Amino acid sequence: MYKRAVSEPHDNSEQHEASAPVSSMPFFTPGDDPGSDFVALLKRTGRDPFAAELPGIIDAGHATTVLGIRHVDGVVVAGDRRATSGHLISHRDMQKVFPADQHSAVAIAGAAGPAIQMVRIFQLQLEYYEKIEGRPLSLEGKGNQLSEMLRGNLPAAMQGMAVVPIFAGYDVARGAGRLFQFDVTGGRYEEHDYATSGSGSLHAGTVVKLGFRDDLSEHEALTLATRALWHAADEDSATGGPDPLRGIFPILTSVTADGYRQLSHEEASEVFTELQSELGGGAQAINSQGVR
Amino acid sequence: MSMPGMYVSPEQLMQDRADYARKGIARGRSLIALEFADGVVIVAENASATLRKVSEVYDRIAFGGVGRYNEFDQLRIAGVRHAELKGFSYSREDVDGRGLANQYAQILGQVFTHEMKPMEVEILVAEIGLGGGANELYRIQYDGTVVDEQRFTVIGGDSETVHGRVESGYSDDISFDDAIRLAVSALAGDERELSASELEVAVLQASNGRRCFRRVSDDEIAALLA
Repeated sequence: MYKRAVSEPHDNSEQHEASAPVSSMPFFTPGDDPGSDFVALLKRTGRDPFAAELPGIIDAGHATTVLGIRHVDGVVVAGDRRATSGHLISHRDMQKVFPADQHSAVAIAGAAGPAIQMVRIFQLQLEYYEKIEGRPLSLEGKGNQLSEMLRGNLPAAMQGMAVVPIFAGYDVARGAGRLFQFDVTGGRYEEHDYATSGSGSLHAGTVVKLGFRDDLSEHEALTLATRALWHAADEDSATGGPDPLRGIFPILTSVTADGYRQLSHEEASEVFTELQSELGGGAQAINSQGVR
Repeated sequence: MSMPGMYVSPEQLMQDRADYARKGIARGRSLIALEFADGVVIVAENASATLRKVSEVYDRIAFGGVGRYNEFDQLRIAGVRHAELKGFSYSREDVDGRGLANQYAQILGQVFTHEMKPMEVEILVAEIGLGGGANELYRIQYDGTVVDEQRFTVIGGDSETVHGRVESGYSDDISFDDAIRLAVSALAGDERELSASELEVAVLQASNGRRCFRRVSDDEIAALLA
């Protein structure tokens, strides 16, 4: 997760439509109605959330590791907690996994500002659709909406402010967990078993690949996710590992038929503790020989 | 070319419009919103399972509409948009029922005086008060009149009769079950019985989480009325 302030002043006042006052009630003629599309409503009222006119190219990398793993009851989505600004660590307890709605989760990698904005708009879009139409979008439909938002963000992505999310959820119609991976252009790719994103995704992906089975329980998937994040943090400087000293652990979430659930701090710490003897093996060996 | 004109006094014009709107609303069934111990329950007589009279607007706010469906549904959607845009620009807690009720009053008042035809609707805006705050019930009439009600409110056809029936059975801190039973018997009157499939029930309750609105299923209603 890369955080950076865009400090250069930019004056593109003519690019932005005058915002309609918030206090007014928007009405549209039937042929001209933005319907259940919240982004279209924002644009029509002069609040285009993706109207980024950047003065130059910003290299915002995607310093993060987030991942999703399918299990027998749904999906697990997890992410590390580090935000960096160049070589500095700017945040130690960043949240990169969010509930998209009751039955889905979204995890983000990329430029922090646009990514968090996109998650917010995405959450609002899903709830807005549900309220206007009287029923929620299908999981496929939700994935498609995220695709469209990424496409809307493409001009900013071309200038370095890329967002590369993972979307996962419980498909109520199919009764199974499903995962989607994306690219900066809005390309959407359904994954069967697992998905990873961010600078540590190579390491995390390898660990998940080796540990994945078709019949993973929710608990086994959570353990595998923690193991993968630990290895990613061990190899990738931009991914934060568990920090027992400060009590900061990866965000672990699971989406099942019962809905989205984020593990409490205690539960996440417990999953990590279970793994500790396995993961710390190398370091303990070094310590016992008195090398350090 | 000029149209052959005929003078109509403003009083007469408004009277005609009001009569027209009232007639349209009187044809429809009523809707009741009642404060109960843990929130607000809304009960409407509605034979359709898909064309809703009661809906969610925002975290703590529900909408009720009676009269002409296409007109109040248009107002419902405008209300959702108003609330979402306000929450997006400021924060979720800044979205309140009073602001929404005032917006509806503006629109209905504007349409009543300036358009060919007034809207044949009556609108309810209900907001649950969290953390010890008071609940709010607003009834907005076809001409933009806003009434701020306590305890319970009735909108729609025959609302005065129904109001009387609720009044006689209502007590402060009424339970959820009793509130629904009271509302159903008030809607039905002495000569009819209403079954779950003819009713639409929703509740605003803090225990539902951030989104306080929940629809009460037909099975749940049937069990309550049994």
